Amino acid sequence: MVTEQYPKVYLYRRIVQAKLFIDKNYADKIDLSNISDEAYFSKFHFIRLFKSIYGKTPHQYLKYVRIEKAKELLNNEASVTEVCYSVGFDSVSSFSGLFSKIVGISPSMYLAQKKQTKEKITKNPLSFVPGCYAYQHGWYEK
Amino acid sequence: MITKMTVTNIHVIDQDSAYDFYVNKLGFKVVDDIPMGPDSRWLTVSPPEQPDLQLVLFPVKVSKMFPKETAETLIDLIKKGIFGCGVLTCNDIFATYEELKAKGVEFIKPPKKEFYGTEALFKDDSGNYFSLQPLTNFDNENDI
Repeated sequence: MVTEQYPKVYLYRRIVQAKLFIDKNYADKIDLSNISDEAYFSKFHFIRLFKSIYGKTPHQYLKYVRIEKAKELLNNEASVTEVCYSVGFDSVSSFSGLFSKIVGISPSMYLAQKKQTKEKITKNPLSFVPGCYAYQHGWYEK
Repeated sequence: MITKMTVTNIHVIDQDSAYDFYVNKLGFKVVDDIPMGPDSRWLTVSPPEQPDLQLVLFPVKVSKMFPKETAETLIDLIKKGIFGCGVLTCNDIFATYEELKAKGVEFIKPPKKEFYGTEALFKDDSGNYFSLQPLTNFDNENDI
């Protein structure tokens, strides 16, 4: 039970610090063994606790963060190669492979879709806003 | 038959600050961020695992919708922390509490076991408050 664990607040803080470390340093070569060392845990114990809290192993979580960041960068129309290296991958093929597996489409396809959506927004922004809101704001009058 | 809630409002005092709070601190995803003229912006976010619910970060400012007196009254009430905006759920309330606290989120109440389950309360950057509860509070087994 989670409630019984909470008095061990230091455990939570170490795991949370490890998660925040991944959030901040996802673009670097992160050695997950070092994270468990920093958290003063055995690697096995660390992975087990991390997974019990976040539903993913630290390695799975790192991959998740990298792909989420990649989506954000692609949303801003960065190139696939640029994004690949910006989020910590060594090769475009491994990045594209993982991205496709998690997102369901390739990064280049994702980028193309986002560009298309942006063009539509630029052309007709009101079509992306519920009419009632646009009316209340007076955006139809402009 | 109503099937879903798709769009709802969170009245905020400053949209830029609300963006930082909901996206960078709470980890919500931006759905739409569309400029609507020089002083207007359509800004919606979603909880990370609920992409089909858009929360409009709705700025309270003097406008067609809010005459001066109404805007001032509403801003005053938001700042006083009168408005509760709902329950946000998480897998692990203690880890979520520690993480949000580390990111500077202001808690009115740390996680506490109540008769209805464990709950914490926190405020957004405007003054709106939320209840934070673990998903287990909503398990059938915990029915009162």
